[in-house]
Amino acid sequence: MRSLLGGVTLAGLVAGLVMGLGIAPRETTQGNVQRIMYLHVPSVGVAYLAFAVVLVASIVYLVRRAEAADRLAHASAEVGVLFTGLTIATGSIWGKPTWGTWWTWDARLTTVSILFIMYLGYLLLRGMIDDRERGARFAAVLGIVAAFNIPLVHFSVLWWRTLHQPPSLMKPGPSMPGIIAAALLVNFAAFTLLYVYFVIRRVRVLRLEAEAAA
Amino acid sequence: MVWKDLLVERRSKETLNALFFFGLLLLFVFQFALGPDRERLAGTLPGLLWLGFILSGLLGLGRTFLVERENDCWEGLILAPGDKSAIYVGKLVGNLLLMLVIEAILLVLFGFFFNLDLASALPGLAVVIALGTVAFAAVGTLFAAMTAQVRARELLFPVLLLPVEAPVLLATVKATEAVLLGETLGSVAHWLKLLAAADVVYVAVGVLTFDFVMEG
Repeated sequence: MRSLLGGVTLAGLVAGLVMGLGIAPRETTQGNVQRIMYLHVPSVGVAYLAFAVVLVASIVYLVRRAEAADRLAHASAEVGVLFTGLTIATGSIWGKPTWGTWWTWDARLTTVSILFIMYLGYLLLRGMIDDRERGARFAAVLGIVAAFNIPLVHFSVLWWRTLHQPPSLMKPGPSMPGIIAAALLVNFAAFTLLYVYFVIRRVRVLRLEAEAAA
Repeated sequence: MVWKDLLVERRSKETLNALFFFGLLLLFVFQFALGPDRERLAGTLPGLLWLGFILSGLLGLGRTFLVERENDCWEGLILAPGDKSAIYVGKLVGNLLLMLVIEAILLVLFGFFFNLDLASALPGLAVVIALGTVAFAAVGTLFAAMTAQVRARELLFPVLLLPVEAPVLLATVKATEAVLLGETLGSVAHWLKLLAAADVVYVAVGVLTFDFVMEG
């Protein structure tokens, strides 16, 4: 079952690369550089999905005290941080040729980097607590605070400054030809599968660790 | 709870005295780091002011629950009858008052050393500072309760708190800047609304989750 999911994910990623790098047309103004969007946008989507899962799993843990929910929150936060880092890296690589700089304190860059350090802190807290049950409780509280903080971070940084191009997804019709949208969708699906695969693997490792420690 | 903490603080004055001295030191450090150039200082003042508030707040808030630990009152707190959220609210109000006192002192010192005209900006400034301090203390009190029970707490407390407070910092600095330039509060209404929203969210989450922090 797990290896089947892994196989499907791999196929999806390959299909996404082929769609994004090969089949999708060359963007007229930015040229081939724009193709990094097929990695960048799905990464950030999956990162937000991961942090939403952390929130839900944290609440479930505090209410039900199910260790499985705690492990899910832990795994999801780790994978979320990974994809947030990937978003920052691909964004940097994209920013250099288009904006002329690796880094700028643009609104969405700043938002994502704040999320990155916020959830790094979450993982740090988990690592610092030896008592498993207490660690799970504190991490759940932090996971809830961090998730409710996301909209505040979003708006504060947005008003602070903005330079980023407007999101290319939510705009209607002609701005995005069908083939580009299709390529993006394939990548979205593949990244989501990759997220699920990572989380399942990680939850399994965490469970085995807990069993070995018990 | 509020009463007890305030009484302890009034009797000992240890936190207040230390924080006052710390604030004075910060002013000197800022001055040395930035040089005597007035123009440059004026541009960075709102940021410096909040940096001072936050640094002294970090020190003050971090001690919130350590006092209970040092004096072996932790078990008493946990065993106390009634809702744990009462402890949270009590500690929050105590921290709030402490921070507001420190901020008032720092503000006067800033006005004195950097030659600011505070009187005209004071009403607006008071609103911004009050809103920002509630948001800061609400999360700070919750996190202080958690990190008091953890290894490397002095390190972990700011590391957890600062990223979460990033939106509050952005909002307060921008609003303070506008108020110091003589603009009305109406021109920064969106920032004030954001701060008010942060206050509500943080206090609500704090009250709801504090039970889980104090379990064992």
